[in-house]
Order: sequence, then C-alpha cells, then structure tokens
Amino acid sequence: MSDWRPRAGGARVARARLLAELRGFFARRGVLEVETPVLGRGTVLDPAIESWHARSGDRADRMEGWLQTSPEYPMKRLLADGAGDIYQIARVFRGGESGARHNPEFSLLEWYRLGLDDRTLADEVVTLLQEVAAADPAWHAPDPGPRVVAYPDLLHEALGVDVLHDDAARLQAVAAQRGLTVHGELDRDAWLDALVSLCVVPEFPPGRVTILHDYPESQAILARRSRERPGCAARFEVYWGDLELANGYFELTDPAEFRRRREQDRALRRARGQPEPAADPFLEAALEAGLPDCAGVALGVDRLLMRLLGEDDIRRVIDFPWGCA
Amino acid sequence: MATYSTNEFKGGLKLLLDGDPMSIVENEFVKPGKGQAFNRVKLRNLRTGRVVEKTFKSGESVEAADVLETEMQYLYNDGEFWHFMTPESFEQYAVSKAALNGAEQWLKEQDMCTVTLWNGEPLSVEAPAFVELQITQCDPGIRGDTAQGGTKPATLETGAVVKVPLFVEEGESIKVDTRTGEYVSRV
Repeated sequence: MSDWRPRAGGARVARARLLAELRGFFARRGVLEVETPVLGRGTVLDPAIESWHARSGDRADRMEGWLQTSPEYPMKRLLADGAGDIYQIARVFRGGESGARHNPEFSLLEWYRLGLDDRTLADEVVTLLQEVAAADPAWHAPDPGPRVVAYPDLLHEALGVDVLHDDAARLQAVAAQRGLTVHGELDRDAWLDALVSLCVVPEFPPGRVTILHDYPESQAILARRSRERPGCAARFEVYWGDLELANGYFELTDPAEFRRRREQDRALRRARGQPEPAADPFLEAALEAGLPDCAGVALGVDRLLMRLLGEDDIRRVIDFPWGCA
Repeated sequence: MATYSTNEFKGGLKLLLDGDPMSIVENEFVKPGKGQAFNRVKLRNLRTGRVVEKTFKSGESVEAADVLETEMQYLYNDGEFWHFMTPESFEQYAVSKAALNGAEQWLKEQDMCTVTLWNGEPLSVEAPAFVELQITQCDPGIRGDTAQGGTKPATLETGAVVKVPLFVEEGESIKVDTRTGEYVSRV
C-alpha cells in the first residue's frame, strides 16, 4: 500500500506565505498578474527541454495538446498586444526531470518588464529575493551583495577556459584535469554545461547570490545579442548558493532571428533522434506584430522555498512530489 | 544484452561498468534549466567493494550486470573453498575466501545465506543478520561486576571472537549481529 500522506509539513504554510509575498511585491510595482493556458497547441523545440504530450482519449473526437514548459510564449503574445508589465505564477511541466532539485511539475514565477534590460532585471530579481526573505524572521536570507560575473569571465577564472573559442576536445581535457569524465558523447555546449554545473557552480559560496550574465551566444535561447560582449547573449541566471533559481533575457524581438533559432533547434533534435513536438504556432506572428523592448525572467518558486527554509530536497517542500502525485 | 537508461537509475540497480559488476548506491540528477542533463552516480563495485563516482550524460544506456542474489545453504569448508547449495535445485557452488570477505566467521553448517552470483559465479556472501553461536572459550565472569557493564572477549564455535558482558559464561549460546560483529543477547 503506498503512502497517501502529504509530504511538505511546515513548508505548506510557508508556501502560502511566499505566494502572498510575491503577489505583494508585484502589486506594489504595478505589475499585472495574468493567467495563460497550461495546455497549448504547441510547445518549445529547445532540445534541452522535453514537453509532455496530453491526449483526451482514443475516440475520434479526442483532443490533444502540449503541457507548457513555461508561460513564456503566451505571455509574449500579451506583451505584443500591449499588456505592459506582467507576471504569472504558473504551473509548468518538464519531462524527464526528477530528483532532489527537480520535479516534473513545478511552480514558475515569470515576469516581464518594459524598459528594463538583462542587467537591470537581474537587479530586480535580487531585490525580490531580499524583500521576500525579510517577510518572515524564521526564513533564511541571502547574504547582502550579490556576486555579478560574466559567464566567460567565470569560466576563465575558475578553469582557464576560453568560452568562445575552446572546442569540445579542449573542454573535455579541462574536465578530465578536474577528475570529471562523462559517459556519453557531449558537444561543445554540453561540455560547457558539464563544467559549469559539475565543476564551477558547486563551489559557489552557500549563502550568496550569484548573477551569471553574458552567456555564450550558442546558449542564447530567446535572448538578444549582448551589446557589451561580442559572441555573447544578453542572458542571465541567478543562483542562490549553488542552486539555480532564475533564468532571464533581454528579450529577442526580431522574428527572423527567432525563426532561425527555432530551425536550429529543430535540426538539432532531428540530428540527435529526439522526438519533435508540435511547434507553437502563434509566437512568430506576435513577434512580427511587434514585441516591445523588454526583459523577462522565470524563477523556480519551489527552489526559492527550499532556500528560504534551508531545505536540500525539493521533495520536502512539495506536498505531493512526483512518485506520490 | 539488457541495458538500463539513466532515467531508470535507482539505488540497488546492477550495472556492468569497466568490466566489473556495480550496484548503484546513490543517483543524483543534475541539470541546468536550459542545458544538458547529467546523472552523477555513486556505485559500489561488487567485486572489490570499493565505491566509485561516475557521471553520465542523461539518456545514455548502460549494460546491465547479470547479478543474482540467491538464498543458499552453507554446507562445509574443505580447507580452501566454502561450499554452498541452493535448496531448490541442489546445485552447489564453491566460494573462495576472498569472496566471503569475512562472512565465514559467522557460518555454521546448514545456515542460510544470501549468495550473490555474477554470470553464475559467486561474487559475495552475506551471512544472516543475526546468528546464534556457542561460546567455546572465555574467561570466567567475576560476580558483582555486572553493574559496571564491562566486557571480555569470547571465542565462538566458528572461531569468531566477540566482546561479551562479564556475566556470560563459556558453553552458553549467544546472539550476535553479524553486520556490526556485536553481542546482542544470551539465547
């Protein structure tokens, strides 16, 4: 007989408190809360993200769709329609992601700010972390003063890697010097991911927030090109200690570049033999109509809750994590 | 050839790596939100007992190790090998001292043990968690010392030496926890 009982304990009350604090943060700044569909006709083609496919049955009148991996696409349609500053606390779904820091269904706080860029939005993320952490004296707060470092600089300082020029073989050799070998073939970007996730990030100081910015352009996703740093994208991530909390962009608005990157993702999926889900049919047209200059970021609410409560396992802050959901 | 994908990894799964059978002790999923996923895995080499850490690109497949845990009866020791038998098939296996790895000090003829086979060859033997054995030699206890909780060494019928309380006497049978090698109680 499996255990029916909820798992989160005291984290349940903390979660309710956190959600109220997040809503208060945006209400004070005049950012509008929105809702977009969990189930859509298409999804992202990003090869690093697997979407869940949903069907309503096997009769002739069945319906099918894709569970959203983030509310990014429909929120950008709202922005293109003139919605202004918006935020959402969305339920999102990602296939194959389960462990101490991943649950295949989780809560994602995503927001967009007109007139901000990647760097100023990253600052707002830090402000949010500090304000929210101050709401309850029992919660952990990040150490004051985040560390702000460019991705190429970090890898150069930590490992002597030239992010923009070193090839996969050289990155593999650097990993080997650190005692890291990986079963399975990795391309250049996957080696960069391995070095960052397995060698560099675990060494981040525990209580401190790190803003990692100017990702290599090959990992731009939907960020525009960096103005300050050729070969890089205006993309950032926010870590609290060694835990990745948020990913943000100075948003790409160029529809031609969006199409180019999507086709690149599609080609990569085909080359790797990955399944090819139905592509979202709407965002491209919304970009053609015009996305205003804005920056956007998505932050994992469950992970934020982990840090606030000092928990190491996401399954202790979710009442019904995967396996008992 | 049976294989396991990294998404099937969990504690206890038996894999064949670098030519050795290994059992997963711990499996950690690591993935940047927008990047490549990895499994960092701690594995116990079932041949050497050593624990190693390995990293896999998520989605990779690994050959399964043909490892089978079987209940067997300990029959006898011929001086070089310890002989075991499966009660159902009466099939017999000769196990070396290296594979026993100390389990022999708890074994009495007829005892049931868990024998791990790899490709049909005995790899390791696990003695029952608790065994009852007779004390063949120990110094007499001194009356009045019981309150101080002192201990003395006692040699058991299998040759193992365990620490027992002072009130326990030669010729008595005692219960021992084989995982810690500690005295549990008198029988």
